[in-house]
Amino acid sequence: MKKFTSFIAIFFSLSVLNALKAQDTDLLKLVEDTKSKKEIVKNAFKSTRVINGHSMEFLRPGTMDLRILHRFGQLDQGYKNFFGLDQASMRLGFDFGITQNLMGGVGRSTFKKELDAFIKYAPFQQSTGKNHFPITIALVSGITMNGLEWSDPTRNNYFSSRLAYYFQTILGRKISGGFSLQVTPTLVHKNIVLLESDPNDIYSLGVGGRLKLSRRVAFTWDYFYVFNPLKDNIYHNPLSVGIDIETGGHVFQLHFSNATGMNEPTFITETTGDWSKGEIRFGFNLSRVFQLRKRN
Amino acid sequence: MKRFNMVLVVILLSSASFGQKYFTKNGKINFDATSPNSPEKVEAINRTVTCVVDTKTGNIQFAALMKGFEFEKALMQEHFNENYVESDKFPKAEFKGLIDANDAVNYSKDGTYAVKVKGKLTIHGETRDVEANGKMVVQNGKVNAFADFTIALSDYKIAIPGLIADKVSKTAKISVACQLELFNG
Repeated sequence: MKKFTSFIAIFFSLSVLNALKAQDTDLLKLVEDTKSKKEIVKNAFKSTRVINGHSMEFLRPGTMDLRILHRFGQLDQGYKNFFGLDQASMRLGFDFGITQNLMGGVGRSTFKKELDAFIKYAPFQQSTGKNHFPITIALVSGITMNGLEWSDPTRNNYFSSRLAYYFQTILGRKISGGFSLQVTPTLVHKNIVLLESDPNDIYSLGVGGRLKLSRRVAFTWDYFYVFNPLKDNIYHNPLSVGIDIETGGHVFQLHFSNATGMNEPTFITETTGDWSKGEIRFGFNLSRVFQLRKRN
Repeated sequence: MKRFNMVLVVILLSSASFGQKYFTKNGKINFDATSPNSPEKVEAINRTVTCVVDTKTGNIQFAALMKGFEFEKALMQEHFNENYVESDKFPKAEFKGLIDANDAVNYSKDGTYAVKVKGKLTIHGETRDVEANGKMVVQNGKVNAFADFTIALSDYKIAIPGLIADKVSKTAKISVACQLELFNG
């Protein structure tokens, strides 16, 4: 009988223990998914442009980005032109997010009265989890149309002479939460160039990056090295440094740059400003994203 | 005596499975943090909430991936993940609690039972005690769990900048709706 009572005692203590254990068991562990799902890395850049050049970032599907770009006059003009703010060149653009990895846009610049359009597609996007991929590879193809009067109306002018094209590959990675870096080999093709000795195909390599300073502010830079610059003028490699500020609905990209152009053929091949001579301009990109298509 | 021992052992072993567990991976959590005068709604729904209830002990636990919250506007969703709850750093919200007076709920009989749940809620890496009134609806062997409660965003170190204070409220109303099924694991 003694044996029996001890058994009862063990039974009760065990069941009490059982109940106690249940209080801090992790029930969620029982149903947890062990395999991690593939997830695309987002927000490598605040905007779809680093400053002048395209970034590895894409618009969300069903959204439209209204972009208003301003480039002011040179800072070295002093107070007479209010450090360049009296003169402004602008571009008005509309970009559309089509799918997660496809977007396009159109724009009109006052500089050379140019119309431009581009399409950007990423066959591979940086991702984490199952079957992850370390970098984003995106391809950009664009076209620009010069809207100025012909410089020489007496010669035989073709419409195709107004056009220039660019093809770009973006190789980018969000290296950490606060730091992203990309390189962008770019080919610009101009149907017409000023001098016979000028190349029609201009090769360049861009480097762009972002360093987050706080949740809503980031430091950005954007540089293109041009391998075979045009010779009809003294052109310089475009360098821009700036600050991205995100206010909730808008992204402001404030920057200093030696470039005036706001599409690839102009800022890569036709930048005349020289940083070392103080030929720098203030400029900003204002981006406002609208939801066009309802979700869910 | 030997036979009697055997019976005891069987009882002992089976005591572990007396309590049944119910679960879902498609529970819904909705939150609304819209300021009274806001022109746009600041609300989102997560349809992939995991919930497990142990009917014996009254333990109830939830887990929701922050990136699973869907907003009407893509940009709002991006800002939610990037600037407010920092989903890359804190991917999950979790609740671990107990159903008060769990004995009053008869999980094997159809009916609606008002319950109170107390426990710890973790969002954005911050854990706070919360209490919520809810109900358990038992129907055809399934258990539906519902609850509504409000949290203060500042408790979870989610900062709302002054610039958008007219859109995003300082508190969020949270509604939970989960249809749970018997867990055979």
